[in-house]
Amino acid sequence: MPIPALEAERVRKAFVRKDRTGKRRLLRKTKKEDVVALREIDLTVARGEVFGVLGPNGSGKSTLIRLVSTLLLPDSGRLRVFGHDVEHDPLAVKRMINRVSVDAAFFKKFSPIENLMYAARLYGLPASEARPRMRTIMKRLGLKEETFDHPMEHMSRGMQQKVAVARGFLTSPILLLLDEPTTGLDPHSKRDVQAFVREIRATHDATVLLTTHDMDEADRLCDRIAIIDDGAIVALDTPAGLKGLVPPQNGKPTTMEDVFLTLTGRTFEEAEAKEVDA
Amino acid sequence: MSGFVREMRGAYAFVERNVNLIKRYWGWELVWLIYSLTNALAITYIGNGMSAISGQEIDTQYVVTYLLVGALIWQYLSVIFYAISEMIAWERWEGTIEYTFMAPVSRPTHLVGTTLFAIGYGVVRTLAILGIVVAFFHLDLGGANLVGTVLMLLAGSVSFVGLGILAAVLPLLYPERGAQMTNAVAAILLLISGVYYPVETLPGWLQRVAAASPATYVIRGMRACLLEGRSTIDLLPTVFTLIGVGFAVITLGLVIFRYVERYAKRSGRLKRSG
Repeated sequence: MPIPALEAERVRKAFVRKDRTGKRRLLRKTKKEDVVALREIDLTVARGEVFGVLGPNGSGKSTLIRLVSTLLLPDSGRLRVFGHDVEHDPLAVKRMINRVSVDAAFFKKFSPIENLMYAARLYGLPASEARPRMRTIMKRLGLKEETFDHPMEHMSRGMQQKVAVARGFLTSPILLLLDEPTTGLDPHSKRDVQAFVREIRATHDATVLLTTHDMDEADRLCDRIAIIDDGAIVALDTPAGLKGLVPPQNGKPTTMEDVFLTLTGRTFEEAEAKEVDA
Repeated sequence: MSGFVREMRGAYAFVERNVNLIKRYWGWELVWLIYSLTNALAITYIGNGMSAISGQEIDTQYVVTYLLVGALIWQYLSVIFYAISEMIAWERWEGTIEYTFMAPVSRPTHLVGTTLFAIGYGVVRTLAILGIVVAFFHLDLGGANLVGTVLMLLAGSVSFVGLGILAAVLPLLYPERGAQMTNAVAAILLLISGVYYPVETLPGWLQRVAAASPATYVIRGMRACLLEGRSTIDLLPTVFTLIGVGFAVITLGLVIFRYVERYAKRSGRLKRSG
């Protein structure tokens, strides 16, 4: 049996939140409470799959990505990337992954080339190999060559996000973690990034874990989707399988929004509003 | 690819990145250089004015050299300390901490890269300040033991690398105020280590604290080399002690850093920016 790209077994993660609303007094402890981000989730992602995690803001999607990225440690349960435990063998995991997050984190005064060269060196790529590869990927993503050597602080959010995508692919990860990679992008940039993900999937031996709250994006890009709400997976199937759970209403085809409403008893907007209040 | 080559590329990533940061923030570097230079000049002019202040005949040349040696050595050691202690703070300021911590680079490699940069940067900066300061004061280092000076400086660097690692855990633990806390550590070292005055002028309890600061021995040894021309052989016990203490502090720093990094990952502190 082939080793799965990603296995999560009863993974739980909670954060301690301090209550700072009350009056602070000397010798009195600040009130603390556990905020559960993931509730003992189980999932398996096969090699070569594009696996979507769909959920509202604050549902636990980014926590899952951070756990796989070795940036967080689980409270309990096990998480393995191609058989390597993220907690006990993090260096092996790090060599296999890369991540594109919703906020393109760069040295903003550096140019795209300088930022990508830094990434290449961190991942052990020789400069002679990295330089042509980064140019090819950035051009493929629609970035103009004259922007390659200018500080990133002068680039639009969409362009910065494309550089982030280029950085993610530069090191040829076999598990690519895309944490809401198209959030906040204009429709044109969004299409460019989505087309590139499809192309990578068709031409490379890469597995993609994609988190999004864009229902159409999940529907179009993913082989399977896990719907996550309040830290728990409420359904996991192919897009067609999930839509099959809900009969069409008023003659209209079922959408992922209908699926979410049926499974959680609330709309996506209501779920997001609840998470913000919490 | 061999593991060693990969780790060396990783270490070089930090050297190149920090050099690029200096190039991009050159205006800030210039301001910082002027600040350090004027500080060194102001302190050294105290020596020039000692006779006028006390109304007594004083060997001004000796006092000026004494103060200048302290100012320059502190300049070098503090650059090493800050360059290493800010390795986390920089990532927080730029918002890149998650990307760097996710990269397949071990923490010792991260540290080697940061240290190589820190030593190179410290040497260049201190030489630049020295080059300007000698235009203001007459320095007579004819009888100085320069080999011993370099040896002492290198031995002292090891300890300051360790102290830098220990201080670097502060921005990891306290995202908002950790970087400022490192200033307090540097200020305490400056107070107790006899940078501008003999340690013996401190109260007894502070003298006992000074004995635990590696900077006390580096500065004392450097003055012995530069002002008294002490031989290298005489200095060797201090040099070996400093190297031994330095490696012990580095090991302690790495152990504490590893523990704090796990705590930061457990509590989600890598996410928040300062």
